[in-house]
Amino acid sequence: MEYFTQQLINGLTLGSIYGLIAIGYTMVYGIVGMINFAHGEIYMIGAFIGIITFSLLGAVGITWVPLAILLVLIVSMFFTAVHGWAVERIAYRPLRGSFRLAPLISAIGMSIALQNYVQIIQGAKIKPMQPVVRGNIPLMEANGFQVNISYLQIIIIVLTIALMAIFSLIIARTALGRSQRACEQDRTMASLLGVNVDRTISLTFVMGAALAAVAGVMVTMYYGVIDFFIGFLAGLKAFTAAVLGGIGSLPGAMLGGMLIGLIEAFWSAYFSIEYKDVAVFGILVVVLIFLPTGLLGKPEVEKV
Amino acid sequence: MAATTLPGAREDSPLVALLKDAGIAAAIAFLLALPLMGFQTLDSGTTVDLQYRFHWVAIATVGVFFGRIVFTLLYRRAGAARSKAPGIVGQGMARVGEGLGRFLVPAFILFALILPFLPFADRREIDLATYVLIYVMLGWGLNIVVGLAGLLDLGYVAFYAIGAYSYALLAKTFGFSFWLCLPLAGILAAFLGILLGFPVLRLRGDYLAIVTLGFGEIIRVILVNWQPVTGGPNGISGVPRPTFFGLPFTNDPAEGETAFHEFFNLDFASLHRFVFLYYVILALVLVTNAVTLRLRKMPIGRAWEALREDEIACRSLGINPTNTKLTAFAIGAMFGGFAGSFFATRQGFISPESFTFIESAVILAIVVLGGMGSQAGVVVATLFLVLLPELAREFAQFRMLIFGAAMVLIMVWRPQGLLAHRAPTVSLGPGSGGSR
Amino acid sequence: MNRAAEGTLLQVEHLSMRFGGLLAVDDVSFEARTGEITGVIGPNGAGKTTVFNCLTGFYKPTHGRLSLHRDGEVYLLEQMEGHKIAQDARVARTFQNIRLFPRMSVLENLMVAQHNRLMVASGYTFLGLFGAPSYLRAEREALDLCRYWLDRIGLTEFADDQAGSLPYGGQRRLEIARAMCTQPVLLCLDEPAAGLNPRESGELSELLVAIRDGAGSDGQKIGVLLIEHDMSVVMRISDHVVVLDYGRKISDGSAEEVRGDPNVIRAYLGEEEDEELPPEVVADLTQHGGETRP
Repeated sequence: MEYFTQQLINGLTLGSIYGLIAIGYTMVYGIVGMINFAHGEIYMIGAFIGIITFSLLGAVGITWVPLAILLVLIVSMFFTAVHGWAVERIAYRPLRGSFRLAPLISAIGMSIALQNYVQIIQGAKIKPMQPVVRGNIPLMEANGFQVNISYLQIIIIVLTIALMAIFSLIIARTALGRSQRACEQDRTMASLLGVNVDRTISLTFVMGAALAAVAGVMVTMYYGVIDFFIGFLAGLKAFTAAVLGGIGSLPGAMLGGMLIGLIEAFWSAYFSIEYKDVAVFGILVVVLIFLPTGLLGKPEVEKV
Repeated sequence: MAATTLPGAREDSPLVALLKDAGIAAAIAFLLALPLMGFQTLDSGTTVDLQYRFHWVAIATVGVFFGRIVFTLLYRRAGAARSKAPGIVGQGMARVGEGLGRFLVPAFILFALILPFLPFADRREIDLATYVLIYVMLGWGLNIVVGLAGLLDLGYVAFYAIGAYSYALLAKTFGFSFWLCLPLAGILAAFLGILLGFPVLRLRGDYLAIVTLGFGEIIRVILVNWQPVTGGPNGISGVPRPTFFGLPFTNDPAEGETAFHEFFNLDFASLHRFVFLYYVILALVLVTNAVTLRLRKMPIGRAWEALREDEIACRSLGINPTNTKLTAFAIGAMFGGFAGSFFATRQGFISPESFTFIESAVILAIVVLGGMGSQAGVVVATLFLVLLPELAREFAQFRMLIFGAAMVLIMVWRPQGLLAHRAPTVSLGPGSGGSR
Repeated sequence: MNRAAEGTLLQVEHLSMRFGGLLAVDDVSFEARTGEITGVIGPNGAGKTTVFNCLTGFYKPTHGRLSLHRDGEVYLLEQMEGHKIAQDARVARTFQNIRLFPRMSVLENLMVAQHNRLMVASGYTFLGLFGAPSYLRAEREALDLCRYWLDRIGLTEFADDQAGSLPYGGQRRLEIARAMCTQPVLLCLDEPAAGLNPRESGELSELLVAIRDGAGSDGQKIGVLLIEHDMSVVMRISDHVVVLDYGRKISDGSAEEVRGDPNVIRAYLGEEEDEELPPEVVADLTQHGGETRP
């Protein structure tokens, strides 16, 4: 029971991170109908910018932890968002209206390019980081096993919920959100009605990238190590989360992320850590076959 | 980037607009370069130190500023030229390609056949040619799936791996010969293709892509972790080398065996084995091509292409989409399996390292760059993507970066690929008035 | 209603189709007969295309029975997979938005339509790979059928062109010819005259009559089901017209009977028009395919 609770907490933390990345996939898919394969790389870039900013703040002498985290988040979100914007502008926008698989292939190329770009300019070695937030709260103890929730885990989960709430509000209440929902339904009609479709799509990528940056910073603090290759697997899992939750649905992405995080944590704990990725992909396959619209997705009617 | 002005730009004089546009591009380049190029993380034990490289940022920013100006001017001129003569360039290229093809293809095959006897061909060149041909074979195999049937398979490397591992295991455990293992490996790969394909082939294109990617990763993870059978990350070494119909290519054959050079009264040379391997893969490649070209003209091949064009119309014509896709998947997988078992016998050693997602991406890029569905395109693209990087080893560090960027640029510039011309598979023939 | 009368090809009984809260087709029953053109008309959103999609297996009907009678056999279309309907029951269709294989040649489009016959002849590809004589013969016959249809629709000289490069009218004709190359007993056409000029739609009418009377199917008459907005086409060539409105059948009979039916006039002209219009006005309105609705 204690072990179970501990895994639950770990799984939710991991799930929050996947959920944050998954939102980027789901928003982009909803609006342009493509899988932004390079999104995992955007998250990786967010993590790198995060670790660089932490080091920079250390060098400048800003050591008050809350302020440091806040600054790192802002800097990383901003610069990662620029990357997200540029990726869309260079690799996807020219292909709008091209044949179906063209943007996906372009996205794969972008992903490979970004990965190797970071490898070249930052080096292939694993980047370590000293823990920024230490300490944890013991929740319960029995049979000599202590269940802890660390401060960092609390920060990650709370921050995720807060961001989720903010973004849901943006989509539900603001003019930008309205434009996004309009573009999702019918891009041509939206543009005829005066919605700036290009700008709306760009902003969607920017928002997705900013959230991925948060996930990247959190992962850096949580695990204490990153390298240029972390985007591939995390991206794939986050995409699985988006599909599981129902692609195009924001709460679905969050739910899917949590589920994937939990599955991974429990699978590693109770079955085998080596095959945890197999478990996640297995779920992806099963969901796509039996529940292609995911848990919270809308069914698609085939137009003939 | 297209030469459109960015949103929000007012009408300015051309020069001002040009500078403004380049300025915006440079500003973005600055923002992109600042965090990642400007600071390099250096390892120092448990934490990272930073090295400042602001000159890189400056170079990138200035480079983009002038690059953008040059690009815009060139693009405008090209655009003007194109609007004057619409379509002629493309058509002309296609026609030239067709004419050249009639002459080039036989020349190419002839060149491939006599390559080992050409004066410059030594061990390294022949080995390199063998390496290139493996990718041609993989490209043609995947071309059936992606180019003809339009199914985006991102896990093709799984079938390559299955072929390699089945050869290694069958040959090591049961002592089967290469020529027995080759069809077995192909059949195993095709069977796996059907097994994997059956549940997922009804999925929409991009979902299919991700699921196949997942399958590729699952196979790799199994190869890494199933220690007792696959040898885990260490792989399998001592994979039996091929023999020339039972004659081994060794200097000191085992008791009771005759080596190749002894049988033919030659001096022993390690080159013999490379030449032999080269001819094996060349034969495999030529057979693959012949079968594919034949299939394309058969009902099944036309159904693949029809499926790529419009699945709903296919259903309305009584074509079973699932079965048709499965055949494409299985045949593609089979060729992948052949290539895999050849790879295993050539290397003599295999490990999961050789079967990562990047391999799948390289093969896919070959198909896409070549022009989906074009057999000749695959060859040209392989020369670009496999041979050039091998020759330019000094740039190995940049290889994958350039590779990825090339994939993006090709998609943006020419989504249809280098050789996009598609000849009809059937025509009415002379005398009927069908051919103009 | 269960026993089909002589010559009945298709029997639609109590067909209903629901999408969420919308009842797109509501308890529709009608028949189509061999050797007849059955027109299905109705204002936009009346459920015509939905009926077609149920018939050809793209939708599974919520309710009802669709039976096709061919060679003494009965095929229950609502239980069959889409490709089986074309392959076994021999129902072919065209689409409202043309669905050709645009990058394949005109001839290839027609060859693809003969896929199943050629697959069997090629021994499911194995025999064909080695050039078996039976396959070569089947391929020649298939080409002959293509030749016939190319000539019939006047596209012989464009046989090697990409189907997508044909002008609009050519694409429409090619789609019909392609459907006919599956050698159907029932041909379902979804607005074949849409976008055609008067001369072209006149030619289309002739083609449809010829198809009904057995052109291209060895003189064997077949049934044609026709959704059309162009009243000049429907009224001229339909042997029998079914009118749908808001998913219900409101009239069924010969062209003249339907034209005079007050229900039909009300559906096209609106509820408030209680007075019956003079026949000349009705004729004039329907002639122009007036699709007005308040």
